[in-house]
Amino acid sequence: MLRVEGLHAWYGEATVLRDVALTVAPGEVVTLVGRNGAGKSTLLRCVMGLHPGRRGTISLDDRDIGSLPAHRRARLGLGWVPDDRGAYASLSVTENLTLPPAVGPDPWSLDRVYETFPVLHERRNSAATQLSGGEQQMLALARVLRMGARVLLCDEPTEGLAPLLVARVADILRQVRDQGTAVLLVEQNLRFATGVADRHHLLAEGRVVETLRNDEVREREGELLTYLGI
Amino acid sequence: MSSFLQHTFDGLVSGAFLALLALGLSVIFGMLRVVNFAHGACYMLGAVGTYLLLTEFGIPFWWALLIVPLVLGAFGMAVERTLVHPLARLDPLYNFLLTFGLTLVLQDLVKLRYGTTSSPYATPAGLTGTVDFGLFDFPAYRVFVLAFAAVACAGVWWLLGHTRVGMVVRAATERPELTRALGIDVGRWVTPVFGFGIALAAVAGVLAAPMRAVNPLMGADLVIVVFAVVVIGGLGSIFGSVAAGFGIGLVQAWGESYLDQWPIVAQTSVFVIMAVVLLWRPAGLFGREEAPA
Repeated sequence: MLRVEGLHAWYGEATVLRDVALTVAPGEVVTLVGRNGAGKSTLLRCVMGLHPGRRGTISLDDRDIGSLPAHRRARLGLGWVPDDRGAYASLSVTENLTLPPAVGPDPWSLDRVYETFPVLHERRNSAATQLSGGEQQMLALARVLRMGARVLLCDEPTEGLAPLLVARVADILRQVRDQGTAVLLVEQNLRFATGVADRHHLLAEGRVVETLRNDEVREREGELLTYLGI
Repeated sequence: MSSFLQHTFDGLVSGAFLALLALGLSVIFGMLRVVNFAHGACYMLGAVGTYLLLTEFGIPFWWALLIVPLVLGAFGMAVERTLVHPLARLDPLYNFLLTFGLTLVLQDLVKLRYGTTSSPYATPAGLTGTVDFGLFDFPAYRVFVLAFAAVACAGVWWLLGHTRVGMVVRAATERPELTRALGIDVGRWVTPVFGFGIALAAVAGVLAAPMRAVNPLMGADLVIVVFAVVVIGGLGSIFGSVAAGFGIGLVQAWGESYLDQWPIVAQTSVFVIMAVVLLWRPAGLFGREEAPA
């Protein structure tokens, strides 16, 4: 169980997050919805230990991880899928996948990754940045699955993907969720979000202003889309 | 034709020194984002160390080629831990100033003890003659230097490209923050990589002892050229550093031979090339634009 309590974050003088609290249980997908600049990515970076300007409590299975460096958090089972997809130009696709250590009880084997993502197998010797945007997104997701991460922190995994690939990402997220992985998802695509998630936190000016269930999001879709400016 | 071959060979040999030094500088910069101004002083210590091992302890060249890089590599690791690391969080300028200061200290320490006159070092046993290439005879020692440096550069290239350590170094060089977030303790690799870069400078110094004047200032001018080489090749690019090292060695040798009426042109050619490369490709010939963290 990932738990965030009383989280404040800032860049210099500018406050980005104010008193944010949320939990993600194993087998649960929780989304963060909000306009650009609402603090969604910063929240993931705080959980991962990459944002220095923060205070508050972050715990994993009741263990306080708030003061651990990023690599220790990763080794406890946090898997970050960054918003820019995090492909290394100087590493091949296979190296991108095998760079992180296996950390969880059930890391995917390379064979399983390649079975699930045949396109990565085809391009396994290419530099990762030569992949298309969609393929890079698959790579970023496959990488944290290969680590065996127990908590996925996915920053807009469907951004810029063709509808077919969006459906594919949804399938995979549902599959890992059903196997007990917790997923914290930054997402603007509400259709996608309601298809995979259980709860949705609406972030505005650094606060969680509302928490919505799937049926509530569907009911208020028009209003929310207008609010998000999409 | 034969003089052209001669100049080309000489250029490759001096390029070998530039390549070894640029390689170490580049690996260090990639991993630490520290421009190690003391690299030239470490090269000098390599040569002086080789000289001292022989004169003080009677230890010959071949042993020096093993001992000096190990000792200076360890020295480099100690410097990284005690001096470079505490400044790593501050502006990169602080570490640049630190290594600049370190250069002056090291040069003056050697000067204080041994003066500024150059000391001769005999060509190592077994490499005193010449090697016959048909058209030409080249001094055996220089052929050895070229071959040794080429093998060392290829070895480092292989190490970076085909080992787990090399993969981690490449990843951490390209995107340090992401690499930490993927569970890799980047900080643990910083000290050995710094030591390794210094050891490469020491190797260049040992190789220089029998063919260049050994004195406290021998690295001072060279390091400026090495900086230019690294910038031309692309900061942090291993292949770029090696290629630019040999390339600039050639340009300098040809310039000195064919433009000997205009020594100023030959001497400044490196920096002119650097300026042109920077205007044309700001990241260097083989460098990448800096990715986001």
